Amino acid sequence: MSVLAYGVVAWLFLVGIYGVVTSRNLIHMVVCLSVAQSATDVLLLEIGYRTGGHAPVFVSLPTHPGPAVDAVMQALALTDVVVGAAVTALLLALVVQVHKRAGTLDPDALRATRD
Amino acid sequence: MSRRARLVFFAVAAAGLAVTLGVGLAGLPSFGSQLTAYARMLNELASPQRHVTDVVSAITFDYRGIDTLFEEFILLAAVAGISVLLRPLSDESRQLPEDKAPNRKIPPPSPAVWLLAVLLSSLLTLIGLETITHGVLTPGGGFQAGVILASAIYVIYLGTNYATVERFQPDPLLEASDGVGAFGYVVIGLLGLLAGDVFLSNVVGLGVTGNLIAGGTIPLLNLVVGVEVAGGFAILASEFLDQTAVIRTERR
Repeated sequence: MSVLAYGVVAWLFLVGIYGVVTSRNLIHMVVCLSVAQSATDVLLLEIGYRTGGHAPVFVSLPTHPGPAVDAVMQALALTDVVVGAAVTALLLALVVQVHKRAGTLDPDALRATRD
Repeated sequence: MSRRARLVFFAVAAAGLAVTLGVGLAGLPSFGSQLTAYARMLNELASPQRHVTDVVSAITFDYRGIDTLFEEFILLAAVAGISVLLRPLSDESRQLPEDKAPNRKIPPPSPAVWLLAVLLSSLLTLIGLETITHGVLTPGGGFQAGVILASAIYVIYLGTNYATVERFQPDPLLEASDGVGAFGYVVIGLLGLLAGDVFLSNVVGLGVTGNLIAGGTIPLLNLVVGVEVAGGFAILASEFLDQTAVIRTERR
């Protein structure tokens, strides 16, 4: 179970970086970076998971609710999502300007336009 | 670097990374087996100490409130950066879409789309306000609610046209709400100092656990963060929309 759970994290991160390395379109590259970044979300939530645990919201619980999962990791995942959204938006704004200046979104073609 | 060389370079680096990542992840406690002492303590103490039922809110806005302050500033900086990046450049000008053909009216959207937009935007506003106000009770809070509220404005755009949505979201108001939201967080933090305690300490009356207004500064911080995120995401989307709708390059 552990292997599968943490394997997903490594796979998500590496597959995202592979996408960045081989990308032929800057928008595709930004999306790949988001995929790599989402690996940290998954890792944070997995570290905070407790088998059979319930959400760390202590309202209308059954009589024997059992343990709650780690609320600290969920708060950190929230931070991660917000920062990820900010980074993605900033990169997409850069892509808009690159397309205007260079007329292409292919990162390999950008070298030719450098002056 | 050729694509082939880059792939070889990536394969070597990825193999190294996979090994170190594997060793690191293998050292973690097995999945779902235990919680850290910090997590168990906060799960036990947050409700009695801060009179809230959503522990994630208590951590985000109280126990780790400084983190959230900087997180909010990251968002503010990103929105400011995007506004600068997507401004009209020296060879560009702002022209409203109608200017191109003053004798032709923009065709109105179909009544079905319009009706859907009216329903959805009011529903989104309602859910957004619900998410802000219930942040201390159930999952939710300022960040989530801000995004929901900002998307309400964009449903109006889908159902009407650019001029209408400009009337709904005057730029100065959006920019002010973004700044006021970020500044409000600092002001609420300073309340702690004024009360003779540390920055961002929870000095407002805590109320009764389970009530809508409980948790001292936590619902207040939820509110200012909601205002900031709603303003910020509305600015974000309008900057990207301006690029296609309003900003024109002057051909030479």
